Amino acid sequence: MKKSISGIAASNGIAIAKAFRLENPELTVEQKKVQDPTAEIERFDAAISKTAAELEVIKEKTAQQISEKEAAIFGAHLMVLTDPELIGPIKEKITNDLVNAEFALQETTDMFIGMFEAMDNDYMKERAADIRDVRKRALSHLLGVTIQNPSMISEEVIVIAEDLTPSDTVQLNAEFVKGFITDIGGRTSHSAILARTLEIPAVVGAQTVMATIENGMIVIVDGLEGNIIVNPDDATIEEYQQKKEAYEVQKAEWATLKDEPTKSTDGQHVELAANIGTPKDLAGVLEHGGEGIGLYRTEFLYMGRDAFPTEDEQFDAYAAVLKGMKGKPTVVRTLDIGGDKELTYLDMPKEMNPFLGLRAIRLCLEMPDLFRTQLRALLRASVHGNLKIMFPMIATVEEFREAKALLEEEKAKLAEEGVSVSDSIEVGIMVEIPSTAVMADVFAKEVDFFSIGTNDLIQYTMAADRMNERVAYLYQPFNPAILRLVKMVIDASHREGKWTGMCGEMAGDEIAIPILLGLGLDEFSMSASSILKARSQISKLSKAEMASHTDSILALSTADEVEAYVKEISK
Amino acid sequence: MVEKQYTITDEAGMHARPASALVGSISKFQSEITLEYKGKKVNLKSILGVMSLGITSGSTVTIAADGADEEEAMARIDEVLKAEGISNE
Repeated sequence: MKKSISGIAASNGIAIAKAFRLENPELTVEQKKVQDPTAEIERFDAAISKTAAELEVIKEKTAQQISEKEAAIFGAHLMVLTDPELIGPIKEKITNDLVNAEFALQETTDMFIGMFEAMDNDYMKERAADIRDVRKRALSHLLGVTIQNPSMISEEVIVIAEDLTPSDTVQLNAEFVKGFITDIGGRTSHSAILARTLEIPAVVGAQTVMATIENGMIVIVDGLEGNIIVNPDDATIEEYQQKKEAYEVQKAEWATLKDEPTKSTDGQHVELAANIGTPKDLAGVLEHGGEGIGLYRTEFLYMGRDAFPTEDEQFDAYAAVLKGMKGKPTVVRTLDIGGDKELTYLDMPKEMNPFLGLRAIRLCLEMPDLFRTQLRALLRASVHGNLKIMFPMIATVEEFREAKALLEEEKAKLAEEGVSVSDSIEVGIMVEIPSTAVMADVFAKEVDFFSIGTNDLIQYTMAADRMNERVAYLYQPFNPAILRLVKMVIDASHREGKWTGMCGEMAGDEIAIPILLGLGLDEFSMSASSILKARSQISKLSKAEMASHTDSILALSTADEVEAYVKEISK
Repeated sequence: MVEKQYTITDEAGMHARPASALVGSISKFQSEITLEYKGKKVNLKSILGVMSLGITSGSTVTIAADGADEEEAMARIDEVLKAEGISNE
């Protein structure tokens, strides 16, 4: 009977094949009394050396077949295996309690696993899986049990497992393993990361697959949506075959667009940039063919710690991003905290309406020392790339002037100190408050660029809290009111020879893209993984044709009408 | 005994890769080497010990070495912390 199960989409793609259950052998550990602890310790040492030898082989194989980076996981496993704080207590336990090596190993590793699982950090929690993996391997040698070896699979299958250890995952042969599904794990677990590297479709955290799926059943893994279909009927198989082919065609097309500029059919170029939070996101930007960074959210530098980041720490992060972008435009947004983003070490009085309160540039102007530190770090980093500085939540021209004056002061101080600063840094603002959109013609004379933050612009224009589900229907990106504001901003910038970008969710939206292209938006900034899709869409649109629809779209009455209109002209 | 304080500058704090590099580089030294963070002291030759602290970016740790090759050990630690981008001081 056909059955659907949903889980977490961990790696893109679709696969259809027979199920192969990868089962963990029963490694039952019993507590036994030993007479000769010295002999027991020798037996333990022998098992540890066998395990180490096995890990060396896997590490070597991984380095050759996947990458040095993935092989490092097994370097870490070897280190756990020989950790003095693990081996020492196990041997002490054998000697003092006269227990068998299996039991001593189990008890001691349990303590560490418990410790890591109790941490309030997902990354650390998942390190418990590393210890389990090492323990399983060592126990199998102590118990003389053979572990099922995934590298022996020799027909096309979908691997079903409770969880895949890192060592299981690297042994999956991509020639035969078409996809995998696990009951536990998340998007950041090793197996999920590896699946993406190997480009095998995967769904994790599915919870009930081991209880439901038997060997040989036909299974569809939809790694795009996080769905699993067991025993599909012919029509379903047909449907997914088509979805799979469409995905593959699309993927091949996107790959050819990676290093291409974004051009419409009438040869007009727009810039597709990425939103990032930390220097670690750079790899994704380059991988997906980002032409720049349209929004670097610096607040992550300030979060998850117990004091403000120093000027040098900030400099390092900004310089790393600018160097990584190799001269491509990089828009850095100055600190945007307050609202729903709080810092534990900054005591801020509770506000009735935090989204209408002391946040972003308001807070920075209230605490100029904090702001100056960030500006200095940015100015120092500016020589490493193409830096553009953007102030968030600007409501009045005075706020912009005040922020810019602080920037100029720090620039002058650095010049006095003999520190070099780029002399071509553009300074712009986020447009997310309706007053600023309305006054865009005045702002355009003073700023170098605008970037429209649609999430906030929509909530402030519609006076609807975007976190409040009861008014969620008012979160309407396609409401003509929003589109008219967007047009005012773009037109105002162009009249002064400036440019306008957009860095909210809307910039990567399939329905919004034709409208924004027609309105003359210069830069679209979105999550890196949306870039190639957007580039493909724009390459099939004519900017002039979209512009010819602008007046009709802006004259519509409702968001639904706008959506329907765009769908109609996109046919 | 030699002792030195470091500020962790790696964005992600002391996570598996840099911690392995650090632990791996000092296993050959005879000296007892410890790392102290928020009042807890662990054996720096133990990857589990170091990682169990969950050291976050921006915090300060004290590393101490005690033994015949303590000077060499500290010099090596200094080198690795910089090379791995764990700390830049």
